[in-house]
Amino acid sequence: MSSLLGWIDDRFPLTKMWNEHLAQYYAPKNFNFWYFFGSLALMVLVIQIISGIFLTMHYKPDSHLAFGSVEFIMRDVPYGWLIRYIHTTGASAFFVVVYLHMFRALLYGSFKKPRELLWLFGMFIYLALMAEAFMGYLLPWGQMSYWGAQVITSLFGAIPVIGNDLLTWIRGDFVIGDATLNRFFALHVIALPLVLIFLVIAHILALHEVGSNNPDGIEIKKNKDANGIPLDGIPFHPYYTVKDIVGVVVFLFFFAIVIFYIPAGGGFLLEDNNFIPANALKTPAEISPLWYFTPFYAILRAVPDKLLGVGTMGASIVILFLLPWIDRCKVKSIRYRSAIYKVNLTIFIISFGALAYLGMHPVTLTNTMLSRLFSFLYFAFFIVLFITSKNESTKPVPDRVTS
Amino acid sequence: MSTAKTSGNKVDTGRRRFLIAATSVVSAVGAGFVAVPFLESWEPSERAKNAGAPVEVNFKKLETGRLLTVGWQSKPVWVLKRTKTQLADLPKNDDRLRDPNSDVASQQPPYAKNEYRSRKADLLVLVGICTHLGCVPTYRPDIGPEDLGADWLGGFFCPCHSSRYDLAGRVFKGVPAPLNLLVPDYYYVNDDVILIGESGGKA
Repeated sequence: MSSLLGWIDDRFPLTKMWNEHLAQYYAPKNFNFWYFFGSLALMVLVIQIISGIFLTMHYKPDSHLAFGSVEFIMRDVPYGWLIRYIHTTGASAFFVVVYLHMFRALLYGSFKKPRELLWLFGMFIYLALMAEAFMGYLLPWGQMSYWGAQVITSLFGAIPVIGNDLLTWIRGDFVIGDATLNRFFALHVIALPLVLIFLVIAHILALHEVGSNNPDGIEIKKNKDANGIPLDGIPFHPYYTVKDIVGVVVFLFFFAIVIFYIPAGGGFLLEDNNFIPANALKTPAEISPLWYFTPFYAILRAVPDKLLGVGTMGASIVILFLLPWIDRCKVKSIRYRSAIYKVNLTIFIISFGALAYLGMHPVTLTNTMLSRLFSFLYFAFFIVLFITSKNESTKPVPDRVTS
Repeated sequence: MSTAKTSGNKVDTGRRRFLIAATSVVSAVGAGFVAVPFLESWEPSERAKNAGAPVEVNFKKLETGRLLTVGWQSKPVWVLKRTKTQLADLPKNDDRLRDPNSDVASQQPPYAKNEYRSRKADLLVLVGICTHLGCVPTYRPDIGPEDLGADWLGGFFCPCHSSRYDLAGRVFKGVPAPLNLLVPDYYYVNDDVILIGESGGKA
């Protein structure tokens, strides 16, 4: 066995990679609940790729056949319903996990120097994930699929001068049609997954280059023993692989409950209108995207001008990329930051949740006014942060990690 | 020996830099050319371009005030015979509209640039796609309904982002849609039939 390993190691850096990324990768010993979601996100990616490959074997990317082929998967393919529900639930689970993962970064300042690039790779993963989810949602070719795609692709039409030509180019027709479905299928099953996998690898490599942050927001590499091993570090394997398995078990427990008992998630995971085949001549009375897009959708609706609305929505995502440079506070963890940051972050999270809620509901006068208020508060978080973070009055940061 | 060789073949860094730059530029141009067919393949196919054949609509049996939806180029096209009251109410909206006189030339053929936005006063022909983000607005002829407000004189309401249009497809101020609804090319084949998609020889 060991001679086989030696034979491989002479030809491929297997042991070296194992040690570098697992057995001798030293992570801070004080990880808490919030540190489950990175590994969970990786697992959900694997679940989506595997279930997706099997769905592709029965699905037909053709505007006349797509809707029927999904119903065929649900009714006639052995366990087709299970594979599809795994994939649809997995899509929402991916966003749950990723949002919690991003919130962790806001709590403990994981995006700050030297982890700016790590954060940027993460944001690109988030962006690719949104594109992946959006294109996947067109494939069942239901009413929501169709009109969701119609609205989102129309966003590009708001760009001055080239907008309309760009729109036709993206759709491959003058409206959403067979050409659009076919190319979204190609992007969803091959192009974007490849991009995602590449970005995930870059994200992990960047993480292992700079080392993991922790709930105290201090660099464990500053205190090393005689062998150069961080005093507050423990090897990722076996310590955190075992911890993460606990997270996986708990996650799969909830995942299975959804798949087997509430696969439609009360309209949150699969919308009622999507059980009606796409009809180019009739928009459903209420259209709303799936829950993970609704905060941005609410921001779009809050602005009574096409170009400004699209611009504001774009800005709400772009501004997240700039977070490492907006937050100028040297102290990373919320544990040692000022009350201003705590209040500011709380308002931000409430605004994000409120926008998500508002984006799910039809437009009324109250809804619009509230959407404007919370959109303002969403952006105010970054402005207040930029102003207050430079000379923030922080608590003393410990030298070594606390429990 | 190696030192002798290095001194014998002195590296000409200027020349090397030039060759690297020249190769990079030529490669970039080549890559640009190769990208063209791939990007062009996303344009509408010949089949998609030819699918927009004109559609004939017979509206003889269409009741006044009822909306008829027909498909043209896979888009919904509305045909609406407006009532006398509906036509009389149109000017009342004028000061609340973005473009009451249909000045944006792209949104209607020249013969529909009038107060009714139609060839003949009563019959309205519109592409039923919201100029905001492409949803199909709902026909709401009711006057002053609870959800649209007491000053609503009938029109079209987009369920997606609540853009509002009057019964000539003119967009209201303060809504996300920027432009009036599109009036397609059409002409009267005879008194009961219109052809959508062509303006006809006789305007």
